[in-house]
Amino acid sequence: MDFELLLVILVDGLVYSSYLFLVAVGLTVIFGVQKVLNVTHGAFYSFGAYLTAYLIGLWINDAEGGAFELLAFSLAVILIGSVFLGIVLGVLIERGLLKFLYTRDEHIVVLATFAGFLVLEDVILLIWGTDPYLAFRPLELMGSSEITGLIFDNYTFTMIGLSFLVAFVLWYGLNRTQFGKVLLAVIFDREVSMAMGINVTKIFLITFMIGTFLGALGGAYHAPIISVQPGIGVEVIVLAFAVVVIGGMGSIPGALIGAIVVGLSRAAAVHLYPELELFVIYAIMALVLIFRPEGLFAPIQARKI
Amino acid sequence: MTRLFDKTFWGLTIGLVALFALNFLLEEWMRSIGLQSLSRGCVAIGLLVLWRTGLVSFGHALFFGFGAYTVAMLQIIGVNDIILLLIGGCATAGLLALVLGFLLRQYRAIFFALLNMAFSMILYGVLAKVEALGSTDGIGINQVSFFGFVPSDDSYRPTLFIFAVIFAYIAAVGSHWYLKSTLGLMTMAVRENEIRVEYLGYSAEKAIHIKYVLSGVLAGMGGVIMALTIGHVDPDSMVYWTVSGDFVFITILAGTGNVGATFIGALVYELLRTYAFEFAPEIWQLILGGSLLLIIMFLPDGLWSIRSEWRNRRALAAAKSGDAPAGE
Repeated sequence: MDFELLLVILVDGLVYSSYLFLVAVGLTVIFGVQKVLNVTHGAFYSFGAYLTAYLIGLWINDAEGGAFELLAFSLAVILIGSVFLGIVLGVLIERGLLKFLYTRDEHIVVLATFAGFLVLEDVILLIWGTDPYLAFRPLELMGSSEITGLIFDNYTFTMIGLSFLVAFVLWYGLNRTQFGKVLLAVIFDREVSMAMGINVTKIFLITFMIGTFLGALGGAYHAPIISVQPGIGVEVIVLAFAVVVIGGMGSIPGALIGAIVVGLSRAAAVHLYPELELFVIYAIMALVLIFRPEGLFAPIQARKI
Repeated sequence: MTRLFDKTFWGLTIGLVALFALNFLLEEWMRSIGLQSLSRGCVAIGLLVLWRTGLVSFGHALFFGFGAYTVAMLQIIGVNDIILLLIGGCATAGLLALVLGFLLRQYRAIFFALLNMAFSMILYGVLAKVEALGSTDGIGINQVSFFGFVPSDDSYRPTLFIFAVIFAYIAAVGSHWYLKSTLGLMTMAVRENEIRVEYLGYSAEKAIHIKYVLSGVLAGMGGVIMALTIGHVDPDSMVYWTVSGDFVFITILAGTGNVGATFIGALVYELLRTYAFEFAPEIWQLILGGSLLLIIMFLPDGLWSIRSEWRNRRALAAAKSGDAPAGE
């Protein structure tokens, strides 16, 4: 194997990893706090992608103006759109659905979110129809660069930066702020924190909105790269499951490591043994579950008898 | 023999006879719905068997797809009789479950569900790339013979229906007897308190392993019936994770109270899907998901619980009206 191929695999893998991380981190945040494996997350991703692709198509694809202004505008659309979706969908799903299910079996909760996912997927179709949307302008504006003969869009590199930014902000928020400390207490023991006067209902709602925002952001930031069409959420959610399981459910560094492991091995498979592409991801997931079911980076659990 | 006075057994037998009679009256599209319900019903019984232990698999499309693809592979090497295909499909799915069972029997709760899903997605990843089996396009299934008998084109589907009904009947009665046996009842104890079961001298893991193989065989049987019904197998409609989700959906819809109810659940699911797709193609998933949510919220024990609910109410009403004169 030559050096150039290795470099291509590395770059390709990191780009794919950052995409996976952005999608999976919201899932892991919600699982970490609420212990809910949230299938609706796939729909949050689609919502983010559709809203962004629609608005960029409306305002930016054919707009005139300097590259910098248009890019800033696109970024604003992506961010504001995701925050908006995080609030609306987050409140809707948490208050309207999950609130009633916290006392039920975890399988039932997963299935309920699966049902919510089916419903939201069709809501998307009702709003935006079945035609694909393209939000190519930001990608065009940023140009591309060549690495060993292969063309990479510069936009995809910014995704790597965004991933690290998100990871850092989450780490900081969790470990260095008052809200983070309260959150850790809730994660550690829900009932005792309630007894200590923490408003767990509020904490749950806020974390769910953050998780939803992250899911939507993943879709929104990814929208310019893909063709936004029905069915993108179904594919994403199962990949996000794999990443979260590999890293350890509920762990943010775990999601980062999981995304890098999956991203790099998929890139290696695509360039070396293309027929193994899908197989490799789930094989790693199975191996991790077999040898370290709690994941590579699971937070330490206090055992309750 | 208490078995002979078992209501579920007689209910299933009556169902068997009724379906034989109905076979002459059914239109072809109804028969198709019936066949698909029988197929998914078999898989859902497999999930019910696991559910009684508190285990839920989000990856039973693995065995379903394995059974279906076994039919395709057996046909490629020239085996074309329904009984051989059925035995083949059940045996390979069961063997796979036996092997994976050594691993999965150690897992509980969400890890069990997710490890199953991982294995089913591995199979999906493999099947989507194997050219010899048509990769993502899938592969066609030919018409089969029935114990050497080759029916005419007109009577092919009715014959297939009769065989599917018999297979499903055997699966249902067998599973029902298993669940009522000591071994079957013990696994409910495993759900309640696994450690205590171990202290009583039984191996919980072994009991779960047996259960897992049984559910694998049932899912394989469902796969065989589905492959023959549709006449085509492909990874997206046989092995993808959403297929596993649909099976769990049916199990919830029917409730885990009774084996026979599973077929009713599967039929309701099939009708819901067909009609939603027919009359509201834009929102059929919304209708499906919405009904699932309603069931989870308002009928947590599934359709079967309507029956016991109704019975309780009647008993209550009878008690009230009966008590009034006595109180005078």
